[in-house]
Parts: sequence; structure tokens; C-alpha cells
Amino acid sequence: MRQTWRPDLESNSRLIHTPLHALHLSLGARMVPFAGYEMPVQYADGVLKEHLHTRAAAGLFDVSHMGQIIIRPKSGRIGDAALALERLVPVDVLSLAEGRQRYGLFTNPDGGILDDLMITNRGDHLFLVVNAACKDADYAHLKEGLGDSCDVTLLDDRALIALQGPHAEAVLCELWADVASMRFMDVAEADLHDVGCIISRSGYTGEDGFEISIPTASAVDVTQRLLEHPDVLAIGLGARDSLRLEAGLCLYGNDIDTGTTPVEAALEWAIQKSRRAGGERAGGFPGAERILAEFAGGTSRRRVGLRPEGRAPVRGGAKLFADADGTAPIGSVTSGGFGPSVDCPVAMGYVETAHAGNGTQIFAEVRGKYLPVTVSALPFVKQTYKR
Amino acid sequence: MLKFTEEHEWLKVEGGVATVGITEHAAGQLGDLVFVELPETGATFSKGDSAATVESVKAASDVYCPLDGEIVEINQAIVDDPSLVNSDPQGAAWFFKLKLADPRSADGLLDEAAYKELVG
Repeated sequence: MRQTWRPDLESNSRLIHTPLHALHLSLGARMVPFAGYEMPVQYADGVLKEHLHTRAAAGLFDVSHMGQIIIRPKSGRIGDAALALERLVPVDVLSLAEGRQRYGLFTNPDGGILDDLMITNRGDHLFLVVNAACKDADYAHLKEGLGDSCDVTLLDDRALIALQGPHAEAVLCELWADVASMRFMDVAEADLHDVGCIISRSGYTGEDGFEISIPTASAVDVTQRLLEHPDVLAIGLGARDSLRLEAGLCLYGNDIDTGTTPVEAALEWAIQKSRRAGGERAGGFPGAERILAEFAGGTSRRRVGLRPEGRAPVRGGAKLFADADGTAPIGSVTSGGFGPSVDCPVAMGYVETAHAGNGTQIFAEVRGKYLPVTVSALPFVKQTYKR
Repeated sequence: MLKFTEEHEWLKVEGGVATVGITEHAAGQLGDLVFVELPETGATFSKGDSAATVESVKAASDVYCPLDGEIVEINQAIVDDPSLVNSDPQGAAWFFKLKLADPRSADGLLDEAAYKELVG
């Protein structure tokens, strides 16, 4: 027996530790290298139980490896920072109200995606959360793109945790009662256990939940307080991946990258009307010409949900075909695995647009066989955001 | 005769036929299994060929044929309920029975003490 997926053999001594590293070890985590960090892939209960617990109660994730960036306008006017950021993202940042958060994308001149991120209006500055593997490049990109009008800071003194699941609100309420008044994509400042935190009602699981930015010195303290609650279980990267896949959410580097455009990736919803053709601030971001043309004319391929018909998981990299003999290639799987909550294999990938309609039967090559797969609507689970 | 491989399979050899499964250590490392694919009865394999596949939520792993031989029986129970491999890996959750091309070939594999030393 040999696992095809296993920790790298690179020396773990070169890996960065988050402020919660010792806590993970004390909880029995199995640690793996991820984006230059040593991170928990699972704890003693394992991926399956961690996944199901998050959907049934509450899961706590260490996402301190992600980048937290502040953009502060030199003029003191938040609108100046918003307009400056709009030069790099096809997102309406200007209309984002104070205390609100929005999903965004950094695009390149070819219309490809450099990274996906969360953007918050914090009143006198913008607060971004970006992917760990991209954070240094994103920081340099921001400095170059809007350093003339804004001070850009990559924070190195804050941890980030996520508390996700149907019991997340009740758990967090015990530390800060006002959390109940927050709605999906609201962001607020709060004292948790006398520590100043930034809380957003968002996440990466499809569940209601929160992401909490904590000063490093207090990260273990606040996290332990949450873990003391009987409904809360620590959750590793393994279940984080299966949860986001069931929720139909993209993983940067797998489902989107510089070779995919927002329209190919079915992320049109992330580009508001004001930035599209005919909008008051149409275009003006890298790759606008191609991306706006794709809104009008479509693309030759599209990201879709995929449901394998049997029990065999279809993993990322599997080739997709229109026919059961594997003679007509039409795309490939970008993320795939087993969905514990839907109790069947689930996947997503790119297929030629002619085969992208929901209900279309196609075939995936797995170990030399061509398994039937149905193109399916995303997400695979009902999202339970508190809107 | 109970034998083990460095790839974490166990073999119980009786009359030239080896019942093959994966060890408790391997099952623990894999985590909860959600899918098992077994070879067809009558298939022949060389030592080191991929003979079966096990999948957890996160990953797929190959189970290698520990010796040269022919599959004479498979355990459908673990296909119907992969979690059996986690609950009873060295008992009810055997994978297949292999008629050994050379009945003496198992002699060179690890004994239980040597395997235990290998996995610590």
C-alpha cells in the first residue's frame, strides 16, 4: 500500500509555524507542508468526522497562513483607496459600504486570475484577505499598482481563525452577544475575551460562520476559549477542502489560476454591473478587454459541477470525454473527491461549453476506465448563510 | 503463517494461497475509507503490481500485490462497506486471496516482529 498523497519530503524546519502551531500538536494534529507553512491536515477524529461535525455543529479552522493586508488612502478618503483598488480588480469596491465585505479577484492583462480574495471596507481603510501561496506576490502587486495613492501593509502580527457551522453563532455569542445582529458579509470589531478582534460573517464551507482576525499575542487564548465549547471541534485542511468542494467554492491554484478567466470560471457574479460594459465604471482593470468581451460572446469552456454516478471518487487531473470510449476529449477535472455530507463523490472541472449544461452526461477517465459523470449545478449542498 | 510487507500489507498463507489485507497501521494512516476497488477473480499479478485501490475523502492509494500469483477470491464485503477496513483491517476486511505462483515465495517477507519494528 502506498499513498499517492503524502507530506513532502522537504525539511519541515524550513516551514513557517502559525501562532497556533503548538496548540495543533497538543490536539493530536497530523501536520503537513502547505504554502510554505506547516499546517494541520487533520486531527485525531479524521477528515470524515471533522467534515460532518462542521455541518452539524461548529468547526474551528486555523487560517493564519492567509495574508491579511491593509490599504490606507494617503488622502484619508476611503473612496480614493476603493478607486485605486478597482484598477486591479473587476469588482465594485467604491459602493462597498463601511463594515461590509465582498469577494474579489486580481486579474492579469490576459484576463487570467492572479488570486481570489476578500475585500472589506473598514471605514478609513480597506482590509484584504488573500491566499497564503499568493500573498507576497499580491502585496508586491498592490504596492506597484496603488502605492502612489495608498499605504499598503502586509500584516505580520495577526492570526486568523474561522468558526463555521450551524452552531457558530451561538458559540461566538457566549464571547460577544452582538454577533447575532451581524448578517452574511458584515464585518465588525469586537472584544473577545478582552482582545480586540475583527470579525466577518463569512467563510469557506457553505455554512453560516465567522472569520476572526486576532492579534498574535492573544491568538492561542481566544482559540482555546472557543475550543472549550463542547460544540466546537478543531478542523484540518483535509475537511476544509471537502467542505469547500461540496459548497462549490473555487480553490485557487486548482480551479482558477492565471490560465482561467472569471467568465470561464463561472464567476460572473463577482463582477458587479458597474464594472461591466455599459456600467458607470466599466472596465479599467487588467484584462478588461477580454473579460468584457466574454460577457457578451461567451467562452469556449466553462467551470461546472460534476457528479460521478458510481461510488468511485474522480480526482483533480482526471480527463473528461463526451463518449464512453475516451475518443472525444472535452476537458478535465480540477477538484474532486468524496463529499461526506452528500455521501457520494463530487467534483468540478472545465468542459467545452457545448457540454456544460446541467444534466449532460459525460465520462471521466479513472484508472483506464471511463466512468459516467453528470454535469450538475453547484453547490452540492444547500448554503446556509444568514443573509 | 502470518507475513507482512514494507508496503503495509499482511498475508496469511495456507496451502499455497495467501489471504491479503492492509495492516492496522495502514488503515489508521489512511483514515476513514469511502471507496474500495478490488481486482477481478482470475486476474494474475506480479509482485509490486497495483492490485486494488482504496480511497479516503482526501486521497486515493494503491494496494500492491505482495507476491506473484492469481486472484482466486475477493471480499465483496469491503466494496459494499469500505468502513469495514477501518474497523477490522486484519480480520473481516481482507481484500483478496492470491494463489501463489511459488508457494515458498512468502518465506522472504517480514514476520510480525520485524513489521512491528518497521512501523515503530
